[in-house]
Amino acid sequence: MLAVNTYPQAATWTRWTAAIDRAAALGANAVIIADAGLMRYASHAHPKLELHLSVQGSATSYEAINFFHQQFGVRRAVLPRVLSAAQVEQVVRHTPVEIEVFGFGGLCVMAEGRCSLSGYACGEAPNTAGACSPAWAVRWKETPGGLESRLNGILIDRYAPAERAAYPTVCKGRYRAGEDTYYAFEEPVSLNTLELLPLFRTIGVRAVKIEGRQRSPAYVAQVTRVWREAIDAMQSGGSSFAVKQDWPARLARHAEGSQCTLGAFSRPWK
Amino acid sequence: MHAGRVLPSMEMKLALGPILYYWPRDRVFSFYREIAGSPADVVYLGEVVCSRRHEVAFEDWIAIGRGLAAAGKEVVLSAQALTESEGDLKILRRSTANGIFRVEANDWGAARLLAGTQGWVAGPHLNVYNPATLGMLHELGARRWVAPFEATSVLVSGILGSRPDGMQAELFVHGRIPLAHSARCFTARRFNLQKETCEYRCIDFPDGMALDTRDGQPFLALNGVQTQSANAYCLIGDLREICAARLDLLRISPQSRDTVALLQAWRRALDGELDVLEARHSLRVISTGPLANGFWHGRPGLETV
Repeated sequence: MLAVNTYPQAATWTRWTAAIDRAAALGANAVIIADAGLMRYASHAHPKLELHLSVQGSATSYEAINFFHQQFGVRRAVLPRVLSAAQVEQVVRHTPVEIEVFGFGGLCVMAEGRCSLSGYACGEAPNTAGACSPAWAVRWKETPGGLESRLNGILIDRYAPAERAAYPTVCKGRYRAGEDTYYAFEEPVSLNTLELLPLFRTIGVRAVKIEGRQRSPAYVAQVTRVWREAIDAMQSGGSSFAVKQDWPARLARHAEGSQCTLGAFSRPWK
Repeated sequence: MHAGRVLPSMEMKLALGPILYYWPRDRVFSFYREIAGSPADVVYLGEVVCSRRHEVAFEDWIAIGRGLAAAGKEVVLSAQALTESEGDLKILRRSTANGIFRVEANDWGAARLLAGTQGWVAGPHLNVYNPATLGMLHELGARRWVAPFEATSVLVSGILGSRPDGMQAELFVHGRIPLAHSARCFTARRFNLQKETCEYRCIDFPDGMALDTRDGQPFLALNGVQTQSANAYCLIGDLREICAARLDLLRISPQSRDTVALLQAWRRALDGELDVLEARHSLRVISTGPLANGFWHGRPGLETV
């Protein structure tokens, strides 16, 4: 499956369509696309190529997903990480498109596909540059006040010696509102919904996405191995699924700040 | 003074974007009475940010719209940018089926409901980055495109280079920039509240809640589930380039005070009655934050080029 899920502009359009053509020629099972114009190109030029809607397409309702289904025949859609389990179930019930949710990895607290916090801070954002809070813009500096993390010179956070520093994406920093200094958006935690696997199955989720962007092969191998074991255990164990002892520990090693969250799937998240 | 000379910029229409904040009902009604007498040509109405806001009901937007239409304004209903619940979809369907005013789609669900109808608006929260996407929307009946907030001049000219027939183009040129939407409410979070029991705290921040960095730099503004820039986008200094881009409308975002003065300054600058430097000075005085124009120039949004 090939992800071509960034947004082409006029000047670079042919580079994106060439990628779609190459995926088709290579016999890819499917392409994951966000841009509607590119989706249209793919559906016309390669009618047999299976199309998946990327999370960057920012479709948060079944009406939005059904737009892509009706126009382009998408077979699967990845949901932004802003919907609760009940809302995901509602989506599943009202669309013929297979639904995929994020299960593990970084946690976007904003709806994917429409966040330009990074663009405002440093000029590069997912939609325009395919990346958020790029490494070139990051600076770390030890100061008397603590370890500072900056993005394009903007202070994202400052850590006391005992605190564990996190990668400075804009949404994971601490900021000041009035008298309060706090994590205004979200703490630097990772998404881990392993315990929700039976719930996902019940509500009809067809696929779980393990975030792999900018991760090492070792990370991908270790994380997917745990999830594979868990999914296999669930498929064979019926209703008696239980999170095995060492799964959380093996996953926690790869969590941001070693902290995990259920994200929008946890009831009081919003 | 450009006595007798018709400037291309005089053709440019002014659009007033939807109120992005939560204002009391009376204030919204009085605001639009002022707007009726302002230089705005097009007025966008509706709740784009949060469906929990209830001061203004759907019927009120229609009534306000009728008043503005009677005053000669073109009225457009703006759809919510991030829809999550069935309740959100019910509101969306009411808007798209209203039958009285054009509708601005701000997500693909709205696009699905409007597809096949004529004259709808592809709003700034729809990801339109290239001519193929805009061409597709044109075929589905859209007749106006509002560029994404972070659009660069290169993106705009790339798209308008192959502009479909009858497709108008609108650019956001003044106000705090909507940068992101979430399902989580950040105003509520500041007060340790959840969205469902938010106590509607955002009503206390009629221009958004300032969020500074730990070293005291104004950075962002919290507006419930929407996060904005602290700086006010302002492209008054780029007027010549904007006019050359063959845009049809320029969008200004309402602020709690001096919106009419904002519109007047822009209109006078476009008509050549007010020097750009003077206009910029007036706008800086009344804007809700320091002025910035980075996005248009392909720079970080908070910069001034």
